[in-house]
Amino acid sequence: MTIDNSTESIHTVEGGGKKRGAAAWISSVFENKYIGLVALAIALLMPFLIATPYAINIMTTAAIFVVLAAGLNIVVGYCGLLDLGYIAFLAVGAYTAGIIAKAFELPVLFTLPAVVIMCILAGLIIGAPTLRLRSDYLAIVTLGFGEITRITANNLTITGGPSGIYNIPGFLSIGGIDFQNPIIFYYLTVLIVAGLVLAAARLGKSRLGRAWKFVKEDEDAAEAMGIHTYKVKLLAYIFGAVWGGFGGMLFASHLTAISPMSFVFLQSALVLMAVVLGGMGNMKGVVLGALAISLLPELLRDFAAYRYLLFGLLLVVVMVFRPQGLWPPRGAEAERTKAQREAAAFANGLKK
Amino acid sequence: MSAVLEVKDLEISFGGVKAVDGLSFSANAKEIIAVIGPNGAGKTSAFNCITGFYKPTGGSVKLNGADVTGQRPADIAHAGVSRTFQNLRLFHDMTVLDNVRAGMHLYGGQNFFDAIFHTPRFKHSEAHYTEEAHYWLDFVGYRGRRGVPIRNLSYGQQKQVEISRALARKSDLLLLDEPAAGLNHSEKQSLLELVRRIRDLGTAVVLIEHDMGLVMEVSERIVVMNFGREIADGTPAEVKANPAVIEAYLGRDDDADDQDQEVAAHGDA
Repeated sequence: MTIDNSTESIHTVEGGGKKRGAAAWISSVFENKYIGLVALAIALLMPFLIATPYAINIMTTAAIFVVLAAGLNIVVGYCGLLDLGYIAFLAVGAYTAGIIAKAFELPVLFTLPAVVIMCILAGLIIGAPTLRLRSDYLAIVTLGFGEITRITANNLTITGGPSGIYNIPGFLSIGGIDFQNPIIFYYLTVLIVAGLVLAAARLGKSRLGRAWKFVKEDEDAAEAMGIHTYKVKLLAYIFGAVWGGFGGMLFASHLTAISPMSFVFLQSALVLMAVVLGGMGNMKGVVLGALAISLLPELLRDFAAYRYLLFGLLLVVVMVFRPQGLWPPRGAEAERTKAQREAAAFANGLKK
Repeated sequence: MSAVLEVKDLEISFGGVKAVDGLSFSANAKEIIAVIGPNGAGKTSAFNCITGFYKPTGGSVKLNGADVTGQRPADIAHAGVSRTFQNLRLFHDMTVLDNVRAGMHLYGGQNFFDAIFHTPRFKHSEAHYTEEAHYWLDFVGYRGRRGVPIRNLSYGQQKQVEISRALARKSDLLLLDEPAAGLNHSEKQSLLELVRRIRDLGTAVVLIEHDMGLVMEVSERIVVMNFGREIADGTPAEVKANPAVIEAYLGRDDDADDQDQEVAAHGDA
C-alpha cells in the first residue's frame, strides 16, 4: 500500500541510535534470557551468605511478597484493572489454609485444593459484579471489597475474630524432614514462588496474555476482534486471586498465626506499589519492585526512625525520574530473518 | 445462497435524533459495496450497529442468515465480521506482529495449561500465529519493521496493520471505515488493488469512503445515505445519475435559501 523504501533487512539498534558502552551492556544483561535463572540461583545461595533467623525470616517474607506482586501484575500490569483490594485474596488463601489445616490437623500443603477453589470463588464473587465497571469506579469498588473481607474476618467466629487463628500446623513433614524448619521452608517458598512467577510470565506471553494486553490497551478494538472482554477480565481476576491464594497459604504456614491486622489496605497499596515501581506488565521488573519494597525498609534499618521517610523519598524519586517503573516491558520482539522472509515469499508464490 | 450480510430497516436514535433511519442493504460473498453520504449521514453509526457497538433501536442484522441484531461485538465478530475503525484503533504499546495476532484470537489452539508448561501444542500454535501474522502483513504489502511497537510507525503503515489485523480474522465480511482517509495518491492506488484482492479471497467487503474516485472505481454497488436515510442503492453509474444523490452532495439548483445565504455572505465580505 505504501511506497515505503525501508525494508526489513535494515536493522538498526532499537531506538534508532547506537547505544554505547555501559548502557548497551546493561540492557544486554537485563534482556538476557537466563536472567531469571540467575535471580533464582542468587535466592538459593543467599542462606549461605546470611543465615541468621532474622535474615531468613525477612527473605521468606520477601519471597511471599514477590508472589503477591506477580499475581497483582496479572490483574493490573497485564489486564490494566486497577485493584486496590488485592490483599483480600491473600486473606482468603491464608484463612482457608489456616482454618482447614487446624480443624483437620492437616499439613498446610494439603489445603492447597481448597485454597485454589476458594480463591477462584472469591475472584468470581468480587470480579463478576465489579468488572462491568471501568477504571476509577473499579478501583473504588475493589477497595471496598478489600475492606469488606478484612472486616468480615474480624467479625466471624470461624476466623477467630480480631485475634485471628494461631497454632496453624506445619507446612508438611515427611519422615524426619520438617518443612517448618526456617531454612527448608525458605527454600520451599523460593521454589514455589519461582514456579509461580515463571507461570505468570508465560501466561503473559500466550494467547490469553495477549488478550489481556489488548483489553488493557483498547477494550473496543479487542471486542471487535472477537475477544469477549468481560470473560477475559474475569480470567485475569481469577488468576490473580489464585496467585494471591498461594501467597496466603505460604503466609499462613510461615507465620503460623494470622489475624485481620495482616490484611489492611496498606498491604494492598504496598503490593500495588511494587508492581508500579517495578514496571507494570513486565514480570521481571515486578519481581525487582517487590524485592525493593519488601527489603528496602530492612536494609535502611541503620537510619532507625528515618527509614520510612527515606523509603518514601526513594519511591518519589524513582517515580519522578522513571514513571514507567524501574524495568518496564520491552515492547519489541524478533524481526523476521531474511531466510524466513524468502521462504514465506516462496510459499506465497506457490499458493498463487 | 443467502447473503453474507443482510441489513433490514436498521434504525438507531440518540435522544431524539435518528442517526440511522430505515437502512436496508445486503452484501454477498465476493462483492464490494460502498456506503457513501455527506458527513453526519449515519454511515459510521450504521457500522457500529452492524458490529454490535451500538444496540439498534429497530430493524435487524443478519449474518449468513442468522440474526445477530443487538448481540455483543465479540459474538458478532465470532459470527464472521471484522472491521477497521475510522480513527485507527490499534494497540499502541504492542508490536506490529502482536497487533495482527489480535485478529487471530478466535483461532484458539492453546489453553492456559499449554501456556504455563510450554507444551508442544503451545509452541506449534505460537509458531502458527507468527507465520499467519507475517502472511497477512505481506498480503497488504506492509514492508516496515515488525517487531517494534506500533506507535513508532507512520500513519500509512498503521493503516496497513489495521487492515492486516482485520484480515487475520478470516471473516466472511469485512467492514472498512474510511480506509483511504489520509493516504496519498499512490497509497490510494495500492489500496484499490488491495480491496480487490480481499474480494477475491471470497470476502464480502463493505466500505465507507469519501474519496469518490476510489468509490466509483472499486465498488460494485453503492448505498447512499443522507440524514440517516438511504437515498439510493445501485451500481456506480446508476448512483451517479440519481438526482437525489446529486442533490445530497451538491444541493438543489433552485434552493432559494442557499442563494440568499450566499448573497448575504458576499455582502458581509
